[in-house]
Amino acid sequence: MATIKLKVADEKPPSLPKAPTGIVGLDEITAGGLPAGRPTLIAGSAGCGKTMLAMEFLVRGATEFSEPGVFMMFEENADELIANVRSLGFDLDDLVTRKMIALDHVHIERSDIEETGAYDLEGLFIRLGHAIDSIGAKRLVLDTVEALFAGLPNEAILRSELRRLFRWLKDRGITAIITGEKGDGTAITRHGLEEYVADCVIVLDQRVRDQISTRRLRVLKYRGTAHGTNEYPFMIGTSGFSVLPVTSLQLDHRVSQQRVSTGVQRLDEMLGGQGVFRGSSVLISGSPGTGKSSIAAKFLETACQRGDRAAYFAYEESKAQIVRNMRSIGIDLEPWIDKGLLEIHASRPTHLGHEQHLVVMHDLVRVFKPAVVAVDPISNLFMAHDDAEVKPTLMRLIDWLKTEQITAVLTSLTSGGASPSELDDPLVGVSSLMDTWLLLRNSEIAGERNRTIFVRKSRGMAHSNQVREFVLSDKGIDLVDVYVGRDRVLTGSARMAQEAQERAAATLHAQDHERKLRLLASKRKAIEAQIAVLRAEAEADEAELDFIVAEQTLQNTIENRDNADIIRRRVGIARMNAIATGNP
Amino acid sequence: MSIVPAFKLRLYIAGHTAKSVAAFANLHRICETHLAGQYTIEVIDLREPPQLAVGDQILAVPTLVRCLSEPIKKIIGDLSNEARVLVGLDIKPSTQATA
Repeated sequence: MATIKLKVADEKPPSLPKAPTGIVGLDEITAGGLPAGRPTLIAGSAGCGKTMLAMEFLVRGATEFSEPGVFMMFEENADELIANVRSLGFDLDDLVTRKMIALDHVHIERSDIEETGAYDLEGLFIRLGHAIDSIGAKRLVLDTVEALFAGLPNEAILRSELRRLFRWLKDRGITAIITGEKGDGTAITRHGLEEYVADCVIVLDQRVRDQISTRRLRVLKYRGTAHGTNEYPFMIGTSGFSVLPVTSLQLDHRVSQQRVSTGVQRLDEMLGGQGVFRGSSVLISGSPGTGKSSIAAKFLETACQRGDRAAYFAYEESKAQIVRNMRSIGIDLEPWIDKGLLEIHASRPTHLGHEQHLVVMHDLVRVFKPAVVAVDPISNLFMAHDDAEVKPTLMRLIDWLKTEQITAVLTSLTSGGASPSELDDPLVGVSSLMDTWLLLRNSEIAGERNRTIFVRKSRGMAHSNQVREFVLSDKGIDLVDVYVGRDRVLTGSARMAQEAQERAAATLHAQDHERKLRLLASKRKAIEAQIAVLRAEAEADEAELDFIVAEQTLQNTIENRDNADIIRRRVGIARMNAIATGNP
Repeated sequence: MSIVPAFKLRLYIAGHTAKSVAAFANLHRICETHLAGQYTIEVIDLREPPQLAVGDQILAVPTLVRCLSEPIKKIIGDLSNEARVLVGLDIKPSTQATA
């Protein structure tokens, strides 16, 4: 058999002609809608939304697909129905006036009826045929045809007439929804309607777990077409029915190269200098009071400042409280709310089942089209329910946000403790879905608690491995380098004290150094002076020497001359003597 | 005594089927037997003016409706079970029906 593949809008044509329901999510699960021209059975217990689903099918058929429809009701009357669906924003009166929808209330009370022989339900057929012809209906709802079983005594006749009815509807090419009450035990419907409506069976279910009810939808059977077989949570919200849309099972979403700032400059610096990728998912986890919400709020404010739309799903604080509290750290969200760029949706986690919270998110995101979504905290939303369905549900959310190129900031509350182990994080199992994971911690040193932050992972970018101290003040969020050294990491006033101490030590050291320098300098001067003296002495000695030498030379010269004079003189004397003696 | 009939009966049929023909014949016979001179019968073929079916909430055919005397009773089927027709019309049979 072919593998079941969930349809993405523009894939190959569906195997059967389909009548789109226009109901968010349902058309994806059924790969295009209900079987066109055939009846579909919607089964479920009382109050699980059969009538609403059927009504929305008609209203959307009439308004979005130009297929008028007949709503034939056997239980509620027309006024009640109109009142009930008005809460979904459908104006039936208007549609009836415009002949887009015809309402017909069939009232049966068994006590009024006496059976006196063979009969058939031709009256119903004629009435239905007339209603269909009066507005050219292509769609029909019978809600719920089982009331006939209570009203008409002869079940054998009724069964054969129902069989004829569904064949008749098929022959007329009417796309019909037949609703049916859930039967006891494993029976799909109380009176076995599934026996007649064999083409498509959708089962609705309402379950209560931990006092929270969740509605689910499952396509039990869809002849001749592939369909999703899982149970999908759904919700009846203010804009109608929505089944939690199932995104494609393939991991093929577009990725953006664009980066968006977290609003904290130094945090951006830690994330490769530019912040996170648009459309990525950021998990901020930390124990209570580590500042997760503050970072999330800053992120949203920054998005608004860029002109992007942002949605904040808060599950701990009310809207007014968030605005007030964020103002205390210099984040003013109010102007953005007023401008319509920021939407804060606050509700209690226990208000709805976690899947229904997702449906609410889907609804809001679809309508509001934000570029950034914050869920604060996602852990409360999901981890209250300790079941195995959480991960796929969360995966669907994250996957869907990525497909829509919406940047998601999810905060996760970890159990307390100064340095919680990573496994304490309830979301550790889904962290693999996250692109960026910021870990916030409280570090308790010297009688005070300080916040630290580090980037645990961040795909696709060089990111800092440093632990930073994370400071919240009325000026906003700032990151400060922590003191790292001597096997210690210090934060807060301990860091300041240490820094001051080091500054003092450094000053002292510098003074000492200068003193030494000065000492050396003066010593050198002394030596230089000595050198000068010695040199002067040497020069003096040299001069003396020269003088002596010169004197000596002079002496010699003089002596030589004197000698010569003497000799000359002596020679002269001798000559004179010789002359005198007569012996020259 | 009174000329105004106490039983204003309306028989809904859908075309001239075997069931509708049988129902009319049965009705006529029962009325003649038990309500001679006190009844009128109006036969409405739903195929002709279908809008009427909405007002009287007719699903099954043939359906016999007793108007004018409250409460309105609906008797469905071809009226072959005479005893039940009489119960439905709230008529005391002139000859005691078998238990």
